[in-house]
Amino acid sequence: MDRFFYLTFDGLSRGAVYAAFALALVLIWRAARIVNFAQGAMAVAAVYVAYSVTGATGSYWLGFAAALVFGLLLGIAVEKAVMRFVDHSSPLNGVVVALGLVLITQGVLGMVYGNEYRPVTTPFRRDAFDVGGIALLSRYDVFVFAAVGAVVVALTLLFTRTAAGLRMRAAAFAPDVSRLLGVPVGGMLTLGWALAAAVGSLAGMLVVPTELGLHPTAMDVVFVSAFTAAVVGGLDSPIGAVTGGLIVGLLLSYVSGYLGATVAPMAVLLLLVVVLLGRPGGLFSSSKARLA
Amino acid sequence: MAVNPDEPYRKQSGLLEVEDLTAGYGAAPVLHDVRFTVRPGQIVAVLGANGAGKTTLLRALSGLVEADHGRIVFDGEDLRDVKVEQMVRRGIAHVPEGRGVVTELTVDENLRLGGLWRRDRADAARALDEVYDLFPALAQRRASAGHQLSGGERQMLALGRALIGRPRLLLLDEPSLGLAPRITAQILALLRELRDRTGLAVLLVEQNVRSALSVADEGIVLSLGRVVTRNSAADLRDDADLRHAYLGF
Ligand SMILES: Nc1ncnc2c1ncn2[C@@H]1O[C@H](COP(=O)(O)OP(=O)(O)OP(=O)(O)O)[C@@H](O)[C@H]1O
Ligand SMILES: [Mg+2]
Repeated sequence: MDRFFYLTFDGLSRGAVYAAFALALVLIWRAARIVNFAQGAMAVAAVYVAYSVTGATGSYWLGFAAALVFGLLLGIAVEKAVMRFVDHSSPLNGVVVALGLVLITQGVLGMVYGNEYRPVTTPFRRDAFDVGGIALLSRYDVFVFAAVGAVVVALTLLFTRTAAGLRMRAAAFAPDVSRLLGVPVGGMLTLGWALAAAVGSLAGMLVVPTELGLHPTAMDVVFVSAFTAAVVGGLDSPIGAVTGGLIVGLLLSYVSGYLGATVAPMAVLLLLVVVLLGRPGGLFSSSKARLA
Repeated sequence: MAVNPDEPYRKQSGLLEVEDLTAGYGAAPVLHDVRFTVRPGQIVAVLGANGAGKTTLLRALSGLVEADHGRIVFDGEDLRDVKVEQMVRRGIAHVPEGRGVVTELTVDENLRLGGLWRRDRADAARALDEVYDLFPALAQRRASAGHQLSGGERQMLALGRALIGRPRLLLLDEPSLGLAPRITAQILALLRELRDRTGLAVLLVEQNVRSALSVADEGIVLSLGRVVTRNSAADLRDDADLRHAYLGF
């Protein structure tokens, strides 16, 4: 039973990161109907920036802030310089361009930083402390929950309580109508990319220390899990992304705990296939609003 | 910003002047050398068969369709370089074909969206209250999602949302589509009332020629993208040949 609790908490803390990363995918999907396959590479680039800043200043938090700001700017740059010019007549175009961005980003990072794994620092200890006699959570896990929780709350407030959030939602659902009502739809799209890339960078900052270390391809496997989480959640739904992230995190944790770590990636792929076949709209797809 | 109701015909020249407008989608233009004027406080009906180019005309006026040549002048300003999202700031509100209710947003969110661009927040809030007074059915459904509304409620929502910007020119594309005759009559009567009260000018695209001509001051008839007739609403109503040739009744 102890082991079950341990795996559950471990799964939730992994899942929180997938949730954040899936949220980033959902933000862009809602704004632009593109699955940003470059999200992982962009996040890694931001983590490298943090690595450099922390290396130069000795401060984790300066590096942390630099990663988020860099992510924001990178999102703006990618949208304004690349994605804006993608022809949307076929959904494949965006995917191909994003994959091209992955290759370029990973190539540049490899040239600048080299292709070896680099150890990264964490702001809190990663060894678990005891809760009621069971070692469940580390301080770092608590930090992850708090950071992801803060992002979820901030995004929820943004979308439901602010004028910018209302504009972003309207621009995503009905661009022409929104323009007729004075919404600068292009600007909202850029804002969506900026926010998504910043959230993706945060997810990268949280997950890289828990994996093998920093490497240009460090987020590739995480991307698959987060993409599955987003699909499970329906791609359109922020709540779905968070729930999907936690589901995938728990699945990975239980499967690797009870069946072995090598089986875990297959379990994620299996989940992806089952959801795509069984409920392609995701488990949380909001009912037929667009058809109305 | 409404026209001062005390002097609705202050400007003698047109509020909207369209000169030799040619526009369409890609290679072959849909509209050819369209030319007409809308004066402040005037209701002009745009009539014509399916595919005549009525919707395209409204879309060209609000910038959603690019003009190939010709001029669109609103209140003395050439609209050529004005972006779509700036039109509402000029005083042009476009209620598109199919109403354009954002079905994922609630009634209240749809209405607030119509006023977000306004600097005068106090007046935007006042306008919101006025719309709820004007359409009590909407006030009861503030929190309902757009896709839960009936056709008539959607039309009220689209119209109300446009009014929150206090436009000077309303571009209205087939408000009667799918509505019961009684509701259509209510909406058209409302247009007249708004015109009388605020000096609002309306360009009204309608399939329902009879009702359109009953509220309009003038009508223009489009056929294959050209203006074939422009006349007072009364004369158009009486012109049997024209009705047979272009309007089908
Ligand atoms: N998006 C588009 N791309 C290409 N052609 C279009 C497009 N929209 C309309 N057209 C063409 O332009 C012409 C005029 O269409 P428009 O929608 O303006 O007609 P309408 O008078 O509004 O008709 P209806 O009464 O059916 O609404 C038609 O021949 C139509 O096929
Ligand atoms: Mg039409």
